[in-house]
Amino acid sequence: MRTLLATIFLAAFTQFAVASESGLKLMNAKVDLHDKASLQRGAKMFVNYCVSCHSAQYMRYNRVAADLGIPEDVMKANLMFTTDKVGEPMTVAMRPEDGQTWFGVAPPDLSVVARSRGADWLYSYLNGFYVDATRASGVNNLYFPGAAMPHVLWELQGLKRAVFATETTHDGATHQVFERFETARPGVLNEVEYQRATRDLVNFMVYVGEPAKLVRYALGIKVIGFLCIFFIAAYLLKREYWKDVH
Amino acid sequence: MSDDAVDPRRRRFLTGTTVVIGGIGAAFTAVPFLSSFQPSAKAKAIGAPVEVDISKLEPGQRVVQKWRGKPVWVVRRTPEMLENLKSFDASALRDPKSEKSEQPEYAKNDWRSDKPEYLVLVGICTHLGCSPSFIPEAGAPEVGATWKGGFFCPCHGSKFDLAGRVFAGVPAPSNMVVPPYRFLTDTKLIVGEDKGAAA
Amino acid sequence: MSNKLTALRDWVDDRFPLMTLWNDHLAKYYAPKNFNFWYYFGALSLVVFVIQILTGIWLVMNYKPDATLAFGSVEYIMRDVDWGWLIRYMHSTGASMFFVVIYLHMMRALLYGSYKQPRELVWILGMCLYLALMAEAFMGYLLPWGQMSFWGAQVIISLFGAIPVIGGTLAEWIRGDYVVSDITLNRFFSLHVIALPFAIAGLVFLHIIALHEVGSNNPDGVEIKKKKDADGKPLDGIPFHPYYTVKDLVGLTVFLMIFSAVVFFGPEMGGYFLEANNFIPANPMSTPQHIAPVWYFTPYYSILRANTINFLWIDAKVWGVVFMGLGVLSFFFLPWLDRSPVKSIRYRGVLYKGALSIFVVCFLILGYLGLLPPTEGRTLVAQICTVTYFLFFLLMPIYTKLDKTKPVPERVTM
Repeated sequence: MRTLLATIFLAAFTQFAVASESGLKLMNAKVDLHDKASLQRGAKMFVNYCVSCHSAQYMRYNRVAADLGIPEDVMKANLMFTTDKVGEPMTVAMRPEDGQTWFGVAPPDLSVVARSRGADWLYSYLNGFYVDATRASGVNNLYFPGAAMPHVLWELQGLKRAVFATETTHDGATHQVFERFETARPGVLNEVEYQRATRDLVNFMVYVGEPAKLVRYALGIKVIGFLCIFFIAAYLLKREYWKDVH
Repeated sequence: MSDDAVDPRRRRFLTGTTVVIGGIGAAFTAVPFLSSFQPSAKAKAIGAPVEVDISKLEPGQRVVQKWRGKPVWVVRRTPEMLENLKSFDASALRDPKSEKSEQPEYAKNDWRSDKPEYLVLVGICTHLGCSPSFIPEAGAPEVGATWKGGFFCPCHGSKFDLAGRVFAGVPAPSNMVVPPYRFLTDTKLIVGEDKGAAA
Repeated sequence: MSNKLTALRDWVDDRFPLMTLWNDHLAKYYAPKNFNFWYYFGALSLVVFVIQILTGIWLVMNYKPDATLAFGSVEYIMRDVDWGWLIRYMHSTGASMFFVVIYLHMMRALLYGSYKQPRELVWILGMCLYLALMAEAFMGYLLPWGQMSFWGAQVIISLFGAIPVIGGTLAEWIRGDYVVSDITLNRFFSLHVIALPFAIAGLVFLHIIALHEVGSNNPDGVEIKKKKDADGKPLDGIPFHPYYTVKDLVGLTVFLMIFSAVVFFGPEMGGYFLEANNFIPANPMSTPQHIAPVWYFTPYYSILRANTINFLWIDAKVWGVVFMGLGVLSFFFLPWLDRSPVKSIRYRGVLYKGALSIFVVCFLILGYLGLLPPTEGRTLVAQICTVTYFLFFLLMPIYTKLDKTKPVPERVTM
């Protein structure tokens, strides 16, 4: 019986171990929602570079303003381009049909993209563009091959070339393995600055994905703290009554 | 069952403590459930202050604008209308000084308005919530010969003068409500924001 | 003050069996005094049920069962409604915690033979509850109208299509459309918020009434009613109230700590309670790369996928559905499959202990495999586990009879 158990476990386990090895390792976005300044910069990036095509239709401007500590008049003057009403959600000026025609797919709404894709994926994606003349947009993405989106931030990052190495597997087939990026054309920002800028943007996207995240951790500590106090009372009460039981 | 003496005071104390702490917990738990009934961000956005353009409003005319789902009226009163408001017999009105009525401080005057010329009202009868008709002509047949212009509620016959003040002897208990508003320019006002409030 | 309260109580009691109910089910319901850790989960499942009903009522206030609005209305609850996020997370966490608690509750029955005579009806009603809960969870999962909601429903409803002859018509009848659509969403909403909660509440009532008729089992599997004192009270019994109400309160507090930890610190539970793909609105034109049911269904999903052999001229797909159904239904027959003279695992022999351990391990492996995309190796493991799963039930009459049991004591041990 023990042997059987061990066999099953082992068989199951080896399968899982193999499965997790394929695919590129994502970059770490190191999201920090306590960093208000980063969130504010991210908000600015988002409205400057993303909102012309992508909406965040479940996120209201005044919520962003209140949560990130941006005064509403500053918000209106610097961050609102598609509406003048601060209570409105972050909708997009472009019609979805136009997006379909221009890019092949309508640019998706980004309200919860950080929840469906994950912060690390977004960060990797924003850092994963490289020149690829075969694509209509002129670029391809390492983490999302065949992405329809052009490299909107190319002025900031510049353009990169991807260097691939050819690898032969044990059964003789060859395939391309990504080795490194090299600069094709420098951008306004250097690499560190660009990574910081995209990290700010991803930080903001994580916030937009779930604004409640800003409050729920602190509240959770209070709730569990309260339950600990209640536990003491309930436990003493239980012990008192159970003195009767022998 | 037990040989040990049971201390009933300790038992009562512990029971009480548990009940009280549990009750506090239950009360705090109720907060999210009750708060969620409040107007949501969407309701607040829809009910946000609205701008009213009064540049084309002629004397004696009215414009209607929707604010928080209710009609808001802006009436541009003629000098004659303003004169009429002054000459009213105070005993004919239920609340001539607007003591028991709802209006911002800057509209608690004879005109019930910030600028005498422009009257801003929530167009809802204070009786049961119908929207009264605007009858500016004096002596209009349906409201009687002494009528000097005002608002008449078709539901239960309440009458208001051109400052939204309710007449005595009609069902409505108080003057019509003046919403918070302020002038952005001479020809534009915003309803829902108080005079002196930050932009 | 207390006199007036007593008078009020008596006034009601003259017109309604208030004290009788109180005594029969709490103050004079004698429960064995040796309940251990495994005996918290009945009361806890009742608490989770109440949490689900309460938060559910509040969610319905803002949710819109319309294919064009559903996804947005959930985000509306998460952002625009005051505290909506907390109520929603309580509900989504509650759904998974319900199954955690129920699985542990069922495990208790397997450990201590709680399904055995005279508690067969308690067990069957409990299994009906489990089925109703699965239906409730499945339909509730469609409501957020994300990709996993849509494709999960699509796949599970297609299972009915496997039934020969009437399958196709049946699947269409369930959906009310050719694919899962607005119509399906609307009817699932109705069933999820009205029909099934009523059914569950009714079954809970019957489950408890049946239990209180025969009395609770205990970790020793001793019938406490057999040894009574001069007053007719079981010697090993203690009144449920106050002893188990205060004890369950302690258990409840610990449970609420775990529950809050999930709600506040990880409502997605690494994608097991809330799946990442469900944050993409339902799109009937494109299936996500990898779809898996929510964790509490995965053991059965694995059984479904493990059937890859066409057998007796019948499609593998049909067998998959049949075995999945049998996998759940097998539990119903436990009271008659188990021929052991003892109830509790404490007095059973190595055969049952071994069989139960293997079964639990297989169940967990099947559950884990159900979360992963199938490969050849995984399918093989799932097949081995599926066979073992059914052997646990099929061979039960044999190994429980052959098993060397230990003598059961007269009285419970503490």
